[in-house]
Amino acid sequence: MPKQTLELDVSRTPEMGADFRPARGLLAPTDLPEPTLDSENMLINIGPQHPATHGVLRLLLELDGETVVRCVPHIGYLHSSFEKLGEYRDWNQVVPLTDRMDYLAPLIYNCAYAMAVEKMMGIEVTERCRVVRVICMELDRIFSHLLWLGTWAIDVGAFTPFLYSFQEREKVYSLHEAYTGARITTSATRIGGMMADIPVGWDQGVRDFANGVVKTLDEIEFLLSTNGIHLGRTQGVGIISGEDALNYGFSGPNLRASGVPYDVRKDRPYYDYESYDFDIPIGEHGDCYDRYMVRIEEMRQSARLLHQALDRLPEGPINVQDPRVILPSKTDLMNDMESMIHHFKLVMEGVKAPAGESYMAVEGSKGELGMYVVSDGGSKPVRWRIRPPSFVNLSVIPKLVEGGMLADVIMVNASLDIVLGEIDR
Amino acid sequence: MSESISSGPVGPESPGTAVSGGASLPANLEAVHPSVPALRARFDDAILGHELVAGDEHIVYVDPARNFEILQWLKDDPDHRYTYLSDVTAVDYGGGRPLQVVYQLFSIPHRRHLRIKAELSLDALEIESVVPLWQSANWLEREVWDMFGVTFRNHPDPRRILMPEGYEEGHPLRKDFPLRGRFTRAEQTRRALSQDPEDYYVPSELAGGREPQLVPWQEFAGGRRPMSTTHDSTPTPHDPSARETGEG
Repeated sequence: MPKQTLELDVSRTPEMGADFRPARGLLAPTDLPEPTLDSENMLINIGPQHPATHGVLRLLLELDGETVVRCVPHIGYLHSSFEKLGEYRDWNQVVPLTDRMDYLAPLIYNCAYAMAVEKMMGIEVTERCRVVRVICMELDRIFSHLLWLGTWAIDVGAFTPFLYSFQEREKVYSLHEAYTGARITTSATRIGGMMADIPVGWDQGVRDFANGVVKTLDEIEFLLSTNGIHLGRTQGVGIISGEDALNYGFSGPNLRASGVPYDVRKDRPYYDYESYDFDIPIGEHGDCYDRYMVRIEEMRQSARLLHQALDRLPEGPINVQDPRVILPSKTDLMNDMESMIHHFKLVMEGVKAPAGESYMAVEGSKGELGMYVVSDGGSKPVRWRIRPPSFVNLSVIPKLVEGGMLADVIMVNASLDIVLGEIDR
Repeated sequence: MSESISSGPVGPESPGTAVSGGASLPANLEAVHPSVPALRARFDDAILGHELVAGDEHIVYVDPARNFEILQWLKDDPDHRYTYLSDVTAVDYGGGRPLQVVYQLFSIPHRRHLRIKAELSLDALEIESVVPLWQSANWLEREVWDMFGVTFRNHPDPRRILMPEGYEEGHPLRKDFPLRGRFTRAEQTRRALSQDPEDYYVPSELAGGREPQLVPWQEFAGGRRPMSTTHDSTPTPHDPSARETGEG
């Protein structure tokens, strides 16, 4: 006999049958025999328009009572075909596409893309540029984790941490704006350098932020880390072992919460990360609470990194002195025929990358962010591929929630720290 | 020669060269990466080539018919242990050239990165799925199918992932796919408006046991999936008429 599944909207009451009894509440007589309940599974649809899905994620859940029997995620509602669009733009024009993917940590994506292309072209950026990019990436790691922290707190039922963390995020928005002119879509990098050098006083602003955010984290931790409701809803929920986490492709804080010490900054260092003094927090149980603790500690470590990077910020040019990739200065342009030609070629044709390819992985805020670029020698990419950390992290959600309770789905989803702009691309 | 290199805990990519693209090429390319000569020794004629790009990135071209066993060996062999599959993607160079399926592997114990490529001619876009080895390949391979039309044999859930289930314009990241799609804007709008999202993932598709009963993707290639015939005809609460009365 085929099993029939009943689909119900959350808000709809069940149809009343002929022998329908009102809900058995506290006052219901207890000596009545238990009514024979249908053992049909229920199908519940969450999203794509639902605040707890953190975007346009759609989860289809099959429930047996309150237990999740199966979870089928559906994505693609935000698909913008960035990779295809990139093949129709020259190398520098791709940069604005990168920050629109993960709008929670745009600078990391800007930097990762520029690093991949530079690696493919064999360009070594200046020392100052390396440090500025490290500052940008660590700043946005905190920026992204703060949003995760706020929404996480909302999902667990706490509102105050959301306000605290968004107050801190506002400062990063201001720093973005002071540097790049945009608050979210920063587009800060260029092949061979940055769009501009950092403005005067910006480094002090970053330092103030790094000092302030640690205090805010203390306050938020005071509210959450030992809070009974928070512990009850997150400890032992959504457990995944380290071996499984690796096999399922987890990366970033999610993987480290399961006890696997894999961090691209340590394992495949770039931009002298091996010379910075910072620690990689590792979880023990692989549950939602460990993912929370790992991210909290990562923010503190990023604040440490910000101070170290600011301390070593060297003087000098921010862009490479290479006329193939960087526009000449306006003074040269007006006085020197060579520069005029370079300027014309760069503006009209774009940067030309020699044939080749490169896969550059950086530690993004969500996990291993890989940029894979392929060139055939022209001024446009043959292929530009993003190894999307959230995409792979989200693909694990059926394993995490199946067998658990419906209410835990929300916490598990929040603990994965996904951003749908990058999942759907 | 590989023993002397693989003896240290840190792989040959010393941290300093991680971003220096223009490093001078060593005389013996393959000696730099221990997995490359080992692969040649183990699989001989299934290894079709080796390439070093961007300073320190090694690419090994393998026979697409034997991708599974090669990747399995790379994952399980104690000297290599590529336990982490970062990425599965594809590259279409256009002009009728073969399409490349690209695996980005990383060995956490040995801190080594290796890229495996399998070239598929455009008239035989089929390769063995590696989901049994790495679960992370599940969605990544679905995306490669969706975007490039590469069929993965024995994939547990071979559906489109980013494009809608009933998308009929082809595989968008192929070079022969026009940027704005194959259909006119009017046709695209008409199809979008005529779609009922409730046509997909209805209870009857999911009810029959643990595994979802999904329409094989080949059926999408020919024409639009008929709305009424794919789901079984037993009336379910999903039935539109039943729904209306239920809300009343």
